[in-house]
Amino acid sequence: MSVAGLIRLGDNTLVLGQRLSEWCGHAPALEEDIAIANIALDLIGQTQLWLGLAGAREGAGRTADTLAFTRDAWDFRNLLMVEQPNQDFAVTMMRQFLFDAWHFEALRALKTHDDAEIAAIAQKSFKEVTYHRERATDMVVALGDGTEESRTRMQGALDRMWPYAGEMFTTDADDLTDMVALRPHFDAHVMTALARATLTCPPSEFAHQGGKTGARHSEHLGHMLATMQVLPRSYPDATW
Amino acid sequence: MSNEWPLFEVFIRGQHGLSHRHVGSLHATDAAHAIQNARDVYTRRKEGISIWVVPAAAITASSPDDKDALFDPADDKVYRHPSFFDIPDDAGAM
Repeated sequence: MSVAGLIRLGDNTLVLGQRLSEWCGHAPALEEDIAIANIALDLIGQTQLWLGLAGAREGAGRTADTLAFTRDAWDFRNLLMVEQPNQDFAVTMMRQFLFDAWHFEALRALKTHDDAEIAAIAQKSFKEVTYHRERATDMVVALGDGTEESRTRMQGALDRMWPYAGEMFTTDADDLTDMVALRPHFDAHVMTALARATLTCPPSEFAHQGGKTGARHSEHLGHMLATMQVLPRSYPDATW
Repeated sequence: MSNEWPLFEVFIRGQHGLSHRHVGSLHATDAAHAIQNARDVYTRRKEGISIWVVPAAAITASSPDDKDALFDPADDKVYRHPSFFDIPDDAGAM
């Protein structure tokens, strides 16, 4: 029964890929614009693999496209963090940094999964995410340990995003690896980077939950899906 | 004060290329950031296997005003091309 776990992975990369693509043409510098679009495309590519395998394993005729474009918000199993709005560049980069730090550890564990197809997707994705994590980490350090303005914004972004980090380390039988076990490695990377960035991690361990179980998505997911799904839902036979 | 990041010139060595070639320029906060940006801007389509970045300010360029003095004198000195020699057959392809 790996379908639910595959959908979780694919929904994370799909929703974050869509969020990042909202920056296309709007990022603060041309170079950052292209970099964000590249990362978005990496994530959408990973989505095709995870959701494609989920559809094949399910055996009900659903493809990556039908899973992405014809499910409603309550059927999505992504983390609450990735559906949060981009806000400003600071929030986007902080969200990316925290997600990449978790994603890196999750894929590292999945690279040696007993299921060969899962391991193969994880190995391919891990190379991409290694770069994502490096880039986001450098950006958080540069902006945190930057000007008064950038530091204030990054600390605000951390305060805003931190309550969404805890859900990444909740786990149940649907997960393809034990997410709780990833926490020490995540903490080591994140705390080192935050110290270099002169940012202070909020002391609260409170964690918003309900994304990966589908129990309680935030209102933002529905709005995002409306934009993402409108074309294939309005013109189901459209090709390009 | 300029709000622009410093300019870097980017050189890429292709899959089968022997030397790095200038491909363009970009802005970045420092050299490490410039490598990352070059990776995203110039190697998205498998263009290269090695990247050099150089601060544009570190490059000394010849002046367009000196063009006549620097380059025109070469115009009428065709004998500097090695095309006036008979190459022995056993030398093979040159």
